[in-house]
Amino acid sequence: MKQSVLDLKNKVDTHFKGRLLSSEIQFDELTIEVSPANSKNILNQLRFELGFDMLIDLCGVDYLSYGIANWESAQACNTGFSRGVFDFDEIESDETLKKPRRFCVTYHLLSVCNNNRIRIKVYPDNTEQPIVDSVVDVWNCANWFEREAFDLFGILFSGHPDLRRILTDYGFVGHPLRKDFPLTGHVEMRYDSEKGRVVYEPVTIENRVNVPRVIRH
Amino acid sequence: MPEIRNYTLNFGPQHPSAHGVLRLVLELDGETVVRSDPHIGLLHRGTEKLAEYKPYNQSIGYMDRLDYVSMMSNEHAYVMAIEKMLGLEVPERAQYIRVMFDEITRILNHLMWLGAHALDIGAMTVFLYAFREREDLMDCYEAVSGARMHATYYRPGGVYRDLPDTMAKYQSSKWHQGRDLDKLNETREGSLLDFIEAFTQRFPGYVDEYETLLTDNRIWKQRTVDIAIVSPERALQLGFTGPMLRGSGIAWDLRKKQPYEVYDKLDFDIPVGKTGDSYDRYLVRVAEMRESNKIIKQCVEWLKNNPGPVIAADHKVTPPSREDAKTNMEALIHHFKLFTEGFILPAGEAYSAVEHPKGEFGIYMVSDGANKPYRLKVRAPGFPHLAALDEMAKGHMIADVVTIIGTQDIVFGEIDR
Repeated sequence: MKQSVLDLKNKVDTHFKGRLLSSEIQFDELTIEVSPANSKNILNQLRFELGFDMLIDLCGVDYLSYGIANWESAQACNTGFSRGVFDFDEIESDETLKKPRRFCVTYHLLSVCNNNRIRIKVYPDNTEQPIVDSVVDVWNCANWFEREAFDLFGILFSGHPDLRRILTDYGFVGHPLRKDFPLTGHVEMRYDSEKGRVVYEPVTIENRVNVPRVIRH
Repeated sequence: MPEIRNYTLNFGPQHPSAHGVLRLVLELDGETVVRSDPHIGLLHRGTEKLAEYKPYNQSIGYMDRLDYVSMMSNEHAYVMAIEKMLGLEVPERAQYIRVMFDEITRILNHLMWLGAHALDIGAMTVFLYAFREREDLMDCYEAVSGARMHATYYRPGGVYRDLPDTMAKYQSSKWHQGRDLDKLNETREGSLLDFIEAFTQRFPGYVDEYETLLTDNRIWKQRTVDIAIVSPERALQLGFTGPMLRGSGIAWDLRKKQPYEVYDKLDFDIPVGKTGDSYDRYLVRVAEMRESNKIIKQCVEWLKNNPGPVIAADHKVTPPSREDAKTNMEALIHHFKLFTEGFILPAGEAYSAVEHPKGEFGIYMVSDGANKPYRLKVRAPGFPHLAALDEMAKGHMIADVVTIIGTQDIVFGEIDR
């Protein structure tokens, strides 16, 4: 393990005594987890007191199907093993979607003056309407990153000046990087020569699993 | 007295200087830009979502198509993330090959940028010159991978195959024959490394040509000097990386500060700008091309003298040779496993970044221990750059917006993903 990462961990741990939910090193990278109520304050201190002058990346993660494989059958039956066509997209039950700690906002910070990196994870409390504090006034470049996380995951950022969709089409419905959003999407688009305009219709292609997702330990 | 109102102008998405599919909504006061609102996502293909549904190796090709003018650099960050999580050692020769192709890619990217940027603001010739050299470099891509652009050459554990001993030659046609043809094939008689070496000897002269056309050109200077000045503090605040950050005077380069592969063994310098205007960023990029050329030279020299394996021998991740697969039972099993299921990454998450020609290109990978990524986030350098367009264009003339788009080196493949 690199000494510089260990030093950084000690420095961060002592600076935020007890206010971090966890701090660990994996693959020579330091990851800390903070509660959504504290996140703005801690990020602000990382910027102004610990010298993380650049927000390299901000993104959402949806942990809905974390650790679930396509191919679950343990024993052969008379029809053989399952064919690996199970897809998490099909699960629509509300209970599963309300999984606690489903969404996560991940910040990657870089310190140009100290030459080190840190990752901060924040899990919003409310899964149905995940919301965390915006950091646009701490790092101005967070603006578009937060718009992207809102667009793709539906995570809200309180205090954001202009939380519009950014990557998806005008009038798009849904948040495409959520795990319960199918890869094929919900609508397809074509030009209708009779109506003389572009029309949206439900998708006609089926989602297909070519290589099943398997987890081996 | 007539009422004077701001004028809203739609720029793009089909505009030759929009570098792809940028749609800008510009609010103008006369010819001065008051506010600009870039609308992106017109090239959104959902690379991150697609990658979640594919085994790791099958997504390498998608990486090429992110920033489609610097293909191999994108692959590099992706395979580095996988290698980091697997703890896989890459053979030294493969590291040198990667560094050499990263730098070839950097020159490719900067040539494309230089040509397009100059064309946008009124210099036609540079574009033609730049594409002449790009042709040679694309031949290098083709020689190693078979494809001129989307190479899929880097693999977890090394590169797909060793450098070829021969270069493809021009055939006689009704446009080129006889002495003309011999001249075209002059540098193609030897191996790929000979061809690249000949290129590195010619290239500084070519850069001089571009500089003759632009550096002291009055029109070029009028269009770029003092346009879109970004102070070092603002550059950090706006998340700039690469030449955009260095143009503002901050000497930050991952190849020096957080060296990966063999960059710490190579001798090169980091050019830095002074005022942070478009002209400085131009000078930085031109100087970078010369530095890249130096790096390529050193790599060619090393590669000529040090044969060896170019991909790790851990057949849980890299495929065994075809010969082995036919004679060795275990190799056959490895082959079967790799091509049906792919390899498994340990659960966890990693971020790996390379100094991409445009800035810091990062891959954030979350794995739950499956044969596909659980989440893949592409940190595109152009994304925060374009986000700063509003600030950079404020108060400038509408014609300068074109300069600013050019100086940011925008490519929509990576921004829209």
